[in-house]
Amino acid sequence: MLNLSKHDIDHGTPARESKEIVELTIDGYPVAVPKGTSLMRAAIDAGIQVPKLCATDSLEPFGSCRLCLVEIDGRKGTPASCTTPAEAGMVVHTQTPKLQELRKGVMELYISDHPLDCLTCSANGNCELQTQAGVVGLRNVRYGVGAQAGAHHCDLQKDESNPYFTYDPSKCIVCNRCVRACEETQGTFALTISGRGFESRVSPGQDEPFMQSDCVSCGACVQACPTATLQEKSVIELGQPEHSIITTCAYCGVGCGFKAEMKGNTVVRMVPWKDGKANEGHSCVKGRFAWGYATHQDRITTPMIRDSISDPWKEVSWDEALRYAAQRIQGIQAKHGKDSVGGITSSRCTNEETYLVQKLIRAAFGTNNVDTCARVCHSPTGYGLGQTLGTSAGTQTFKSVEHADVIMVIGANPSDAHPVFASRMKRRLRQGARLIVIDPRKIDLVDSVHVKADHHLALKPGTNVAMITALAHVVVTEGLIAQAYIQERCDDKSFNEWRDFVSKPENSPEAFEAVTGVPAAEVRAAARLYASGPNSAIYYGLGVTEHAQGSTMVLGIANLAMACGMVGREGVGINPLRGQNNVQGSCDMGSFPHELPGYRHISDTTTRALFEGAWGVTLSPEPGLRIPNMFEAALDGSFKGLYCQGEDIVQSDPDTQHVEAALSAMECIIVQDIFLNETAKFAHVFFPGSSFLEKDGTFTNAERRISRVRQAMPPLAGLADWEVTMKFAQALGYDMHYEHPEQIMQEIADLTPSFRGVSYEKIERLGSVQWPCNENTEEAGTPIMHIDKFVRGKGRFFNTQYIASDEKVTQKFPLLLTTGRILSQYNVGAQTRRTPNNLWHSEDRLEIHPHDAQERGIQDMDWVGIESRAGRTVLRAEISDRMQPGVVYTTFHFPESGANVITTDSSDWATNCPEYKVTAVQVVAVNQPSDWQSRYVKFSKKQLDLLPNAAQQHVEVMGK
Amino acid sequence: MSAVKVFIPRDSAALAAGADEVAASLVHEAAQRGLSITLVRNSSRGMFWLEPLVEVQTPQGRVAYGPVQASDVASLLDAGFLQGAAHALCLGLTEEIPYLAKQERLTFARMGITDPLSLSDYQAHQGWAGLTRALSMQGAAIVQEVTDSGLRGRGGAAFPAGIKWRTVLNAASPQKYVVCNADEGDSGTFSDRMTMEGDPFMLIEGMAIAGLAVGATQGYIYIRSEYPHAIAVMREAIELATQAGYLGDNVCGSGQRFHLQVRKAAGAYVCGEETAMLESIEGKRGVVRAKPPLPALEGLFGQPTVINNVITLASVPLILAKGASFYRDYGVGRSQGTLPFQLAGNIRHGGLVEKAFGLTLRELLFDFGGGSRSGRPIKAVQVGGPLGAYVPESQWDIPLDYEAYAAVGAVVGHGGIVVHDDSADMAKLARYAMEFCALESCGKCTPCRIGSTRGMEVIDRITHNTNKAQQVHLLRDLCNTMLNGSLCAMGGMTPYPVLSALNHYPQDFGLTESDKAQGVSHA
Repeated sequence: MLNLSKHDIDHGTPARESKEIVELTIDGYPVAVPKGTSLMRAAIDAGIQVPKLCATDSLEPFGSCRLCLVEIDGRKGTPASCTTPAEAGMVVHTQTPKLQELRKGVMELYISDHPLDCLTCSANGNCELQTQAGVVGLRNVRYGVGAQAGAHHCDLQKDESNPYFTYDPSKCIVCNRCVRACEETQGTFALTISGRGFESRVSPGQDEPFMQSDCVSCGACVQACPTATLQEKSVIELGQPEHSIITTCAYCGVGCGFKAEMKGNTVVRMVPWKDGKANEGHSCVKGRFAWGYATHQDRITTPMIRDSISDPWKEVSWDEALRYAAQRIQGIQAKHGKDSVGGITSSRCTNEETYLVQKLIRAAFGTNNVDTCARVCHSPTGYGLGQTLGTSAGTQTFKSVEHADVIMVIGANPSDAHPVFASRMKRRLRQGARLIVIDPRKIDLVDSVHVKADHHLALKPGTNVAMITALAHVVVTEGLIAQAYIQERCDDKSFNEWRDFVSKPENSPEAFEAVTGVPAAEVRAAARLYASGPNSAIYYGLGVTEHAQGSTMVLGIANLAMACGMVGREGVGINPLRGQNNVQGSCDMGSFPHELPGYRHISDTTTRALFEGAWGVTLSPEPGLRIPNMFEAALDGSFKGLYCQGEDIVQSDPDTQHVEAALSAMECIIVQDIFLNETAKFAHVFFPGSSFLEKDGTFTNAERRISRVRQAMPPLAGLADWEVTMKFAQALGYDMHYEHPEQIMQEIADLTPSFRGVSYEKIERLGSVQWPCNENTEEAGTPIMHIDKFVRGKGRFFNTQYIASDEKVTQKFPLLLTTGRILSQYNVGAQTRRTPNNLWHSEDRLEIHPHDAQERGIQDMDWVGIESRAGRTVLRAEISDRMQPGVVYTTFHFPESGANVITTDSSDWATNCPEYKVTAVQVVAVNQPSDWQSRYVKFSKKQLDLLPNAAQQHVEVMGK
Repeated sequence: MSAVKVFIPRDSAALAAGADEVAASLVHEAAQRGLSITLVRNSSRGMFWLEPLVEVQTPQGRVAYGPVQASDVASLLDAGFLQGAAHALCLGLTEEIPYLAKQERLTFARMGITDPLSLSDYQAHQGWAGLTRALSMQGAAIVQEVTDSGLRGRGGAAFPAGIKWRTVLNAASPQKYVVCNADEGDSGTFSDRMTMEGDPFMLIEGMAIAGLAVGATQGYIYIRSEYPHAIAVMREAIELATQAGYLGDNVCGSGQRFHLQVRKAAGAYVCGEETAMLESIEGKRGVVRAKPPLPALEGLFGQPTVINNVITLASVPLILAKGASFYRDYGVGRSQGTLPFQLAGNIRHGGLVEKAFGLTLRELLFDFGGGSRSGRPIKAVQVGGPLGAYVPESQWDIPLDYEAYAAVGAVVGHGGIVVHDDSADMAKLARYAMEFCALESCGKCTPCRIGSTRGMEVIDRITHNTNKAQQVHLLRDLCNTMLNGSLCAMGGMTPYPVLSALNHYPQDFGLTESDKAQGVSHA
């Protein structure tokens, strides 16, 4: 969809909610607005734009620019319309000779201290100051301009330290919009005004360059700036965009709406979409700025094939590549049987693409050996929430947090991994909501600007289930449960069993104190706070799921929420924070070996018959292999071929050496990706993928919100990913035909009850929809789940017996390693490492507590070897008191770090989700890379040398 | 022979004039001579030209000597001043000094008489009578009493105190505050400082009554950072009052709570603007807030807050003690009660004059002030602080009354009066007004932030005869923009001194009759 209007209507001040409507007259027009609405906003409702500079509808009114003055009958003076609430019966005038004079006078002052370089200014064509000067009719600056006037700021130097935007203080009109955006929208408080009076100027930190300040480069300030003071460097270079396309961010599971502002096929900038319901106009450094990877020189845009991974890659046509791939897969199947091949769908790709891949595997390969990368992140969520509540998804909208009184964050680090939602959460916390953080690390939320956790339960890694059971013990034994709610909505039998189970003395906080390391009194206080609500909401991440007891923990969370009556309305709920943009969608689309789209078991005859009819094939009733089983089978010699779309299993799956061995044992690996990722180095066929900017489709975010991805530029390799999968199916002799992803969604809707009401036409009209979306829901689907009753009928409780992880500290491995993400980098880093985001984070480091470091003679920035029973790698140490003694931490954004060389095969009992969050390790000071790293460098270099244009590729490794 | 009581003020003005040295010298000399004295460090009587003013208690009353220097002590003792004997510095009975005798001291009734930190002195001079009565009343009745008294905000804006209090009283909130604005930064003003240094319990009592009236349990006094003595005295007085049960969880055993804290101000003039002050107390930059919301509804930490100036709150105990009509009977028109005028600048008898509204500037300047200190004719008088208009002689007979002053484009304000003789260059003073605004602007709103700097530049061009006619026109336009466009009184009132100087003293701007003819000297 082309959106030719570059500027949305800015209502000047935020909307107010009130049952009381006030009626007034503005310039003779009657207007009715909710009580509390500003005169400025009311005027816009009446079709009148009052001049303004410091007001914008994403920020609370400030009243500093003095352009929006109005006159009100019967009142003295000229109040600012942005700060004056509309009152019943007011008669307001927005344009009088007196106001005209005043506005001209104010504008004359502004311009007397502003460079008159409009024609060469980067904001030319999109400058509010320029526009308002025109609106007020300024014709003359009698003071003179700049030096001519006297004191001025027109020669101040630019701060170019941030890679994505420039701060030019000479153009600053001190409207404070950037400072307010940093406070109100982002919640970082990195900006202020330094100096006073005429000297006032925007200052990051204490007059530091942006990059040295607390700025997290979310872009809210740039977005808020009405002039060229804070301007994207891409706009400075390319000029103003000429059209824009609304699409959805392809980074984390928040699923922010963006406007891709374009010139032809070139992205000029990505601007958060005001009407995007997941983000309401906010963004983070990744979505807002880190999109340059899409046109990075490392992109591979021609299909390639090779017989063995020691051969050079050969560039071929699409037809040849598809034919070659089909032949090899068919050859393997002929020799080793249908089930000797499989595929992996991607949470990075669209619903339509994911659906097609699993359809291809099931229908064209004829096997259920399909799995998805959700296996390694949120599979326990699907299992746990499905079992207890009946739906494998989060229960709320993000907006719901605005009604939460108590927020419990478990094993998630939203300010790094889900920054836009973190900003919404922090806003609520600043309004007074209470916070409980359950995390081994002192994450940012525990103690940051104007946010402080009431309780930080800094448990030992691997003891989540002990903690959730102890919390339940308190709630039950202290009589804090929601008796009536349980009686009405939950299953008696399982509740009674659970109540008896958690009440046992061995499940008390006191009994678990030695296990979790958290003082019982603190656990009791947190439990009381959660139970007290009135609205308590749980937000959790991979720190819950990626454990041997990941599924148990999800069950435990659901137990606690149900017991306290915290599911089924605004402000409460169980909210898994999804790691990738389309984890929810890939799970929904039937990517798991045992489930068809809509979480229907493959053994269910009716469902199978439905798909068999639609797809024209016979489906096996037996679930296929999960990813770890595929690896095992490959090593056993029974699994030989893999189609892997948009996932880098070599870097992201645990126990890298095991994965490498499994891939090396296969005969044909087909990788579809935008870069030659680590997995592709083991591949025989490379299908060049398309980035989210190059295709149409939909993503489903953590709120179950289905939003459109729209093509902004043609696919660099000529085909969008869905077209490749379709043609691959055709090459395999399976007739698959779609003209547009819209038809794929139509097929999904036809075959999946929870999607029956989803269509592109509806998304176009409503912006987005949330599943379940069908004839039984609102038109836009279901914002809040389980409102009157649970989807499964009665909510079911499960006993959550704590079992210690096999990953135990021993004399040999005395520390526990846990892994996670950082704000500037994203997952395996394939995208963000190819952007200036590296300026914030250029290598993975091992965070270690000062005591543990001292014991080992480790200094900050020393090389340290980290060894587990699975392997060994070397990173630089970062001594940090965010860690607790005995626990170390690293990120996994750089392949050469080998974070997953260390992680083990330990996994969730129910879903095989790997236990990334607990690995027993030893850490020692070293002075050279590990053996694996040396091998990796050699292998990686060799593989890059096998590329047709090898010189362009590069890889950076420590010690090089 | 029993010890003779000698009073030497501890007020900053007296200290600046050498009161500590005088006291030390007296103690030393008396000891040397074996004379028994009781030295009381009282507050100042407010006759600054006589400071250090030393008083001796005699059977006839307190006899005043001043101004006394340490070097005068020996001769005073030689002359028998401890018995009230004659001396060149003897001023007779203090109460009979005309400057004092002609005043109507209501709020300042105890000033200079008591030991500021003596609870018994305070009690003995009608202290706590207002609070005692207030404790027997409902909040609404207290508010009504204050409303009926006609008391208006003495900080300068003259907003009726009772109406403000009623808004806070009627606001439903579990937490309300009383904030005393003691960031007294106007040139020529000192009545707040004198009150805090000289009669701190009166302010405490007034704030406690305000707390009872509106249901606030916590008060803050935001005191100008350049007032170290006031800060020290207030802190000590709060400590004493708390210990004695006048403050705390159980005010005078009534079961009602009121706590009080001193906050040292941030050192910026604009922090005296009430909303910037709230920001400052909250620990933020002192930047003006837009209104609405009114601080009475969403003030300190977003809660309903009574904000009053020191003198406003200090007037309350008397109103409660003696009743609304007692107070209301002073003054004229809608300006009821008294105002402690502060005479400063080029004036012979600088000091504090508490009088009912309605007297004239001429009376203040000559009957009290005794004319200019330089002996030259008085040319211009700035009334109401640095943002007040310059009042020319033609207006000196207008009664000092909020409305009468407003009618001529002037302000009574806080009652600070700064006198200039005929050597003053009014163009320079107009420029200074812009300069002051540029120095002290918080920088939030455009008219004040940029306008003040441009104002200086424009006046410079006028005085340097550059494009004079056009620049005078521009100056008037700028003043119009600032006056009507500014967010607060800082930018909004800076045009008062500028325009009054331009209008009343055009010759100082080098404007001629022909300029007048061209319409540039008068809007």
